Amino acid sequence: MAEVLVLVEHSGGEVKKVTNELLTAAARLGEPAAVVVATPGTAGKLSDRLAAYGAAKIYVAESDEVSQYLMAPAVGVLAELVASVRPAAVLIAASADGKEIAGKLAVRTGSGLLSDVVELAEDGTATHSVFGGSYLAKSRATTPVAVITVRAGSIEPVSSPGAAVEQIIEVPAVNAATTAKIIERRPVQSADRPELTEASVVVSGGRGVGSADNFAIVEKLADSLGAAVGASRAAVDSGFYPHQFQVGQTGKTVSPQLYVALGISGAIQHRAGMQTSKTIIAVNKDPEAPIFEIADFGVVGDLFTIAPQLTEAITKRKG
Amino acid sequence: MNIVVLIKQVPDTWSERRLTDSDHTLDRASADVVLDEINERAVEEALRIKEAGGGEVTVVTMGPPRATDAVRKALQMGADSGVHLADDGLHGSCAVQTAKALAKVIGTLGDVDLIIAGNEATDGTVGAIPAMVADVLGLPELTHARKVTIEGHTVTVERDTDEGVTVLQAELPAVVSVNEKINEPRYPSFKGIMAAKKKPVRTLSLADVGIATSEVGLAAATSTVIESAPRPPRSAGQIITDEGDGAAQLVQYLVGQKLI
Ligand SMILES: Cc1cc2nc3c(=O)[nH]c(=O)nc-3n(C[C@H](O)[C@H](O)[C@H](O)COP(=O)(O)OP(=O)(O)OC[C@H]3O[C@@H](n4cnc5c(N)ncnc54)[C@H](O)[C@@H]3O)c2cc1C
Ligand SMILES: Nc1ncnc2c1ncn2[C@@H]1O[C@H](COP(=O)(O)O)[C@@H](O)[C@H]1O
Repeated sequence: MAEVLVLVEHSGGEVKKVTNELLTAAARLGEPAAVVVATPGTAGKLSDRLAAYGAAKIYVAESDEVSQYLMAPAVGVLAELVASVRPAAVLIAASADGKEIAGKLAVRTGSGLLSDVVELAEDGTATHSVFGGSYLAKSRATTPVAVITVRAGSIEPVSSPGAAVEQIIEVPAVNAATTAKIIERRPVQSADRPELTEASVVVSGGRGVGSADNFAIVEKLADSLGAAVGASRAAVDSGFYPHQFQVGQTGKTVSPQLYVALGISGAIQHRAGMQTSKTIIAVNKDPEAPIFEIADFGVVGDLFTIAPQLTEAITKRKG
Repeated sequence: MNIVVLIKQVPDTWSERRLTDSDHTLDRASADVVLDEINERAVEEALRIKEAGGGEVTVVTMGPPRATDAVRKALQMGADSGVHLADDGLHGSCAVQTAKALAKVIGTLGDVDLIIAGNEATDGTVGAIPAMVADVLGLPELTHARKVTIEGHTVTVERDTDEGVTVLQAELPAVVSVNEKINEPRYPSFKGIMAAKKKPVRTLSLADVGIATSEVGLAAATSTVIESAPRPPRSAGQIITDEGDGAAQLVQYLVGQKLI
C-alpha cells in the first residue's frame, strides 16, 4: 500500500487536533505516515499521539533552522520525501502556512493541488465547499501525487493504533538568499476558549454589540456554552474584537453544531463563513435583517436584554 | 523601485456566484465581476511605497478578456501601466499553471524589485498563488502582511495569522502578499479616471510570453473538477419577537434541540 504523508501541525510539544483528522483521512487513501518538521527534541513528545491516530511511520526531520524560517524547511523535507517515497498523496492542514507549503510543494513536484478540502474519498476524490458553502464541488488530481490541504474540523478523527516506526531524515539546508528570515515572533495569547474552527458552539458579535467593552456580553454567553467567540468584519473594523476572530468570506469559515449571531445583520460575506452551521440562532433588533433568512430560531429584540438573560438561564441549567 | 501588483477579477461577493454545468469552472459570464477587494489594497500599498520612494507600478492579471476592466480600475487608482495575459488556451488552468504563467509574465517585465499580491482571492481561496509565484521565480515570499516597510534594499513585514504576528525580513527582489488590515484603498479621483484612459495596457497571448498551449488549460491541468452542485439554500426557521420572554423561548428551543 502506498504511503500517504501527513504534515504534523504541533505547538508547545503537542499535536494539534487537525493532525488527527488528517491521519484519519490519510488512512482512507493508503498507509498514514506522519512527517514531523521541528526543532530538535520535539518529535519524541508527539509520537504517542501520532501512534494513537494510526501513524504507521513517523518521519522525524529535526533541525535548529526550523525556528528561523517559516515554510521552507517543511517544503524541503516534503519535496525530498515525495521524490524518495512516491506517496499517493500529501495531506496538509488548510491553515495560512499549510496552504502555502502545499502550493510550493505542488510547484516543485509538479503535483496537482487540491485546496481547502472538506471531505476525502478512498479513490482520492476531494470535496470542496466553494463560494462560502453555496456550492459543493468534487475534484481530483491528474498527477501521480496529490497535494491536498484539508480544512480543520471537517473530518471526524478516529483513533486507531499505528506502529509509528520512527525514521530520522535530514532537513535540507534552507537557501538563505531566497527565503525570508523570521526576526521576531509575537504569538497570540491563547484564551481558555476552544479554537474558532474547532468549536462545536460559536457565539459571534457584530456592530450591534457597540463597543469592545460590550463584547464581554458575547464572551459571557460563549463561556456559559463552552463556545468560541467570533466577530463580524464590522465589529473587527470598529476595533471591538481582534482580527483573527473574524468569521466570513475573508475571515474564518466555521461549521459548528450551534452558531449564535448577536447584533449581526447577516451580509452575504458574513454568511459565507457560517451558513453551513448545523443550527443558527440570531438576535437582532431589526426584523428585516437578512440573518433571519437563514436562522433556525430568531429573536427580534435587543441583544443587551436577551444575551444576559440567556447566559443566566444556561448557567442555571448547568448549575 | 519597480513594483508589480498581481490583481484578479472575481465575481462580486455581493452577487450570486455560480459554477458552469458544462465544465465546473467559474461561470464568469453570468456574474457581476469586480477587482477583488484585497487587490485594491495591494494596489494601494504599491502606490504608497511609490509615493514614499519613487518608482513605477505595473499591474498584472491573467484572465478572460473582460478582466481588462480590473486593470483599468487599478490604473484609475494610480498604477502606471497594465499587462493582461489573456488567451483562450488558459481556460480551466489549475493553480500550478497559473503560478507558472504569472511568473512568465513577470519575467518579461525586466528588473522588478517588488511583487505585491493579495493573500487570498475571494473566488477560489487557494491562498497560495503568491508563495507559488515566489517559488517559481526563486524569490523570498513575505505573505499575509498587515504592515510592509521598505528600507533601502530590505523589506520587512508583519505577517498576521492565527499563530500571531511574525516579523519577516528579506532582501529585494521579493514577493509580498497583504491581508485586509493593511490599509484602506483610495477611491479613484476624477483626475485619476481621466488619466487612466491614456495609460498603456498591454494584452499578451501565451505565445507572447513563451508558454506552449500544451502546458496550460483544462486538458493539461494538474487537477480537475469532476462534479459540482449548488447546496440547497437554507430556509428561515421560527422567528419570534421579544416581549419579555424571548430569552426563555430561546432556551426552550435549545433544550428541545438538545443543544443545551
Ligand atoms: C470582499 C468583502 C469581504 C468581506 N468579508 C467579510 C467577512 O469575512 N466577515 C464579515 O462579517 N463581513 C465581511 N464583509 C462585510 C459585510 O459586507 C458586512 O459589512 C458586515 O458583515 C457587517 O457586519 P455587521 O452585521 O456586524 O454590521 P451591520 O451590517 O452594521 O449590522 C449590525 C446589526 O446589528 C443590529 N443591532 C444593532 N444594535 C442592536 C441591539 N442592541 N440588539 C440587537 N441587534 C442590534 C442591527 O439591526 C444590524 O442588523 C466583507 C465585505 C466585502 C466587500
Ligand atoms: N489569475 C490571476 N492573475 C493575477 N493575480 C492572481 C491571479 N490569481 C491569483 N492572483 C494573485 O494571488 C492572490 C491570492 O490568490 P489565491 O492564491 O488564488 O487565493 C490574489 O489576490 C492575486 O494577487
